[in-house]
Amino acid sequence: MMTRKITYQKAINEAIRQEMAVDPTVVLFGEDVAGGEGSATGEDDAWGGVLGVTKGLKKLYPDRILDTPLSESAIMGTAAGAAASGLKPIGELMFIDFLGVCFDQIFNQAAKFRYMFGGKAETPMVIRTMYGAGMNAAAQHSQALYPIFTHIPGLKVVLPSNPYDAKGLLISAIRDRDPVIFCEHKMLYPMKGEVPEESYTVPFGVANVLQAGDDVTVVALGQMVGFAQQAISMLDGVSVELIDPRTTSPFDDEAVLRSVEKTGRLVIVDESSPRCGMAADVASLVATKGFNFLKAPIINVTPPHTPVPFATPLERYYLPSPERIADAISRLASTKENV
Amino acid sequence: MTGTASGTIPAAELLQAYRTMRTIRDFEERVYKEFQTGQMPGFVHLYAGEEAVATGVCDVLTPADYIASTHRGHGHAIAKGCDVVAMMAELYGKATGTCKGKGGSMHIADLSTGMLGANGIVGGGPPLVCGVGLSAKVRGTDQVGVSFTGDGGSNQGTFLESLNFAAAMNLPVVFVVENNGYAESTASSFHQSGIDVAKRADGFGLPGVVVDGQDYFAVREAAAEAVGRARAGGGPSLIECKTIRYFGHFIGDQQKYRAPNEVADAREHRDPLKNFRARVTRAGVLTDEQLDAIDTEVAELIDRAVAQAQAAPFPAPESALEDVYVSY
Repeated sequence: MMTRKITYQKAINEAIRQEMAVDPTVVLFGEDVAGGEGSATGEDDAWGGVLGVTKGLKKLYPDRILDTPLSESAIMGTAAGAAASGLKPIGELMFIDFLGVCFDQIFNQAAKFRYMFGGKAETPMVIRTMYGAGMNAAAQHSQALYPIFTHIPGLKVVLPSNPYDAKGLLISAIRDRDPVIFCEHKMLYPMKGEVPEESYTVPFGVANVLQAGDDVTVVALGQMVGFAQQAISMLDGVSVELIDPRTTSPFDDEAVLRSVEKTGRLVIVDESSPRCGMAADVASLVATKGFNFLKAPIINVTPPHTPVPFATPLERYYLPSPERIADAISRLASTKENV
Repeated sequence: MTGTASGTIPAAELLQAYRTMRTIRDFEERVYKEFQTGQMPGFVHLYAGEEAVATGVCDVLTPADYIASTHRGHGHAIAKGCDVVAMMAELYGKATGTCKGKGGSMHIADLSTGMLGANGIVGGGPPLVCGVGLSAKVRGTDQVGVSFTGDGGSNQGTFLESLNFAAAMNLPVVFVVENNGYAESTASSFHQSGIDVAKRADGFGLPGVVVDGQDYFAVREAAAEAVGRARAGGGPSLIECKTIRYFGHFIGDQQKYRAPNEVADAREHRDPLKNFRARVTRAGVLTDEQLDAIDTEVAELIDRAVAQAQAAPFPAPESALEDVYVSY
């Protein structure tokens, strides 16, 4: 395959473009996904999404890239209804935080159709949504709410941590026959990486082992994968196995358990809140199914149980930092075996 | 049928309309009775009294059109063509039910008939039919999406958002409001300040009309106009049907908020089936004998539905694990 370095943002754009080219039922809509609808100057595609992720698509597919009114419930419900009646919609929830005004259409409608209707419905929709802290976007535009979606049976939840996965996972999401929440970390949009030009898929529920190691297993998600890589580069003499689960639902239990069986030590790095978050969930998995593998207590590295603050020093304090992660790994590596 | 602006409705269609309304009525009256025996689990909201609305609207739809219903959804399901025997089995939670016992009264759905589901969430349906409308538009079909919402649901943000959304996107959608005077136990004279819901259409730039929901012909005529407009690319409409709920919000509701003679009065003077019968027999289009024959057939159908539902097996407990995802 021909590969070249492109950004996470470009990889997402390319996935949508390539799927729209091969499937005329793929349609993308939301607030400002093109921008400029009804413009006095006649310029459409003025924004291409609030951060420009879908820029250029309107010109290629004017009837399938649709600006909508600012009505998240209507957007989410439209995606659900369209999916149940013959389209493969991609509805954009501009910021994951806006879940608060439209959750019903996602979790009581789309997620439950198949089950409530006795297996007779398919709801092949994708919700693309932007999440995460690091941009001084404060408490209502920075959250990492994917555990809330992960909690809901019927939804699949995807968190790409790099451009290659972003493209391959999004193509998988669009082709999937269940509702998929595709969570894009806003700080990762400029991240560059090798991405094939051709269309390809990355499967759900298959973790990516970024590096193999023997002393400590580190499970990290989304933006935290890169932070964990930085942390590992700060350490000497610790052999770390780094795992990126890629999707929180389905979740690759086996990859984590296999690794902890080898290392006996586990650090989980997650950007979601500590209570009922992914770190708690993965810790529970290992405590219930891999307790005998553990040589020392699990360490969770997460934000504190607070809203996301605004000012730079506060936000830096809030987010797990490479330093905090490195400290957790080295502390755990130096613990004596629990007997 | 004479006397309607929509022109003459063939006698066969009128017979079918009566059969649908009679089926809804008998289904609901029977569910009310069977529920008291304790064999029917969960809770149930009955549609009796509102038959002309579901029937008048669905009679102008094609099987390819979709409807999104409410918690009070049995009537919509029957009018859209769902199998009555399977519906009854679903209410009993049986494996032979419409949803294999996974949904119950509030989630009866059958996409093969265009029934996108009863809905346990008040106001859940209007955004879904916007999706149906978008789907039809993008795929280039002439399908229409219709949502039913009660007067209570008309106060949900989803309803109001959807009116605007459908208007802005020019979607082939019809919003039907069944105003039965009560949001559960709270009167519409209070909860919408007594102002017609149809008036809200003006604010969103779509046509809105009020019709007598006890009159099949009035509902059908308004629906034909709105659905025709949607199909022709003319965008969404709102129809408010003033109707009457014969039972409580749910079975067991003591209804102390209603005037003592309210329902009896309606059953006597504003009953949609009685109205229909008087109208078609007086016009000489159908005879009492023809309608009586339907009454008999429907009674037998409902008997059979109950007997089969009671005899049907419960789903295997492990089937609780099935159908969460297409694949996982």
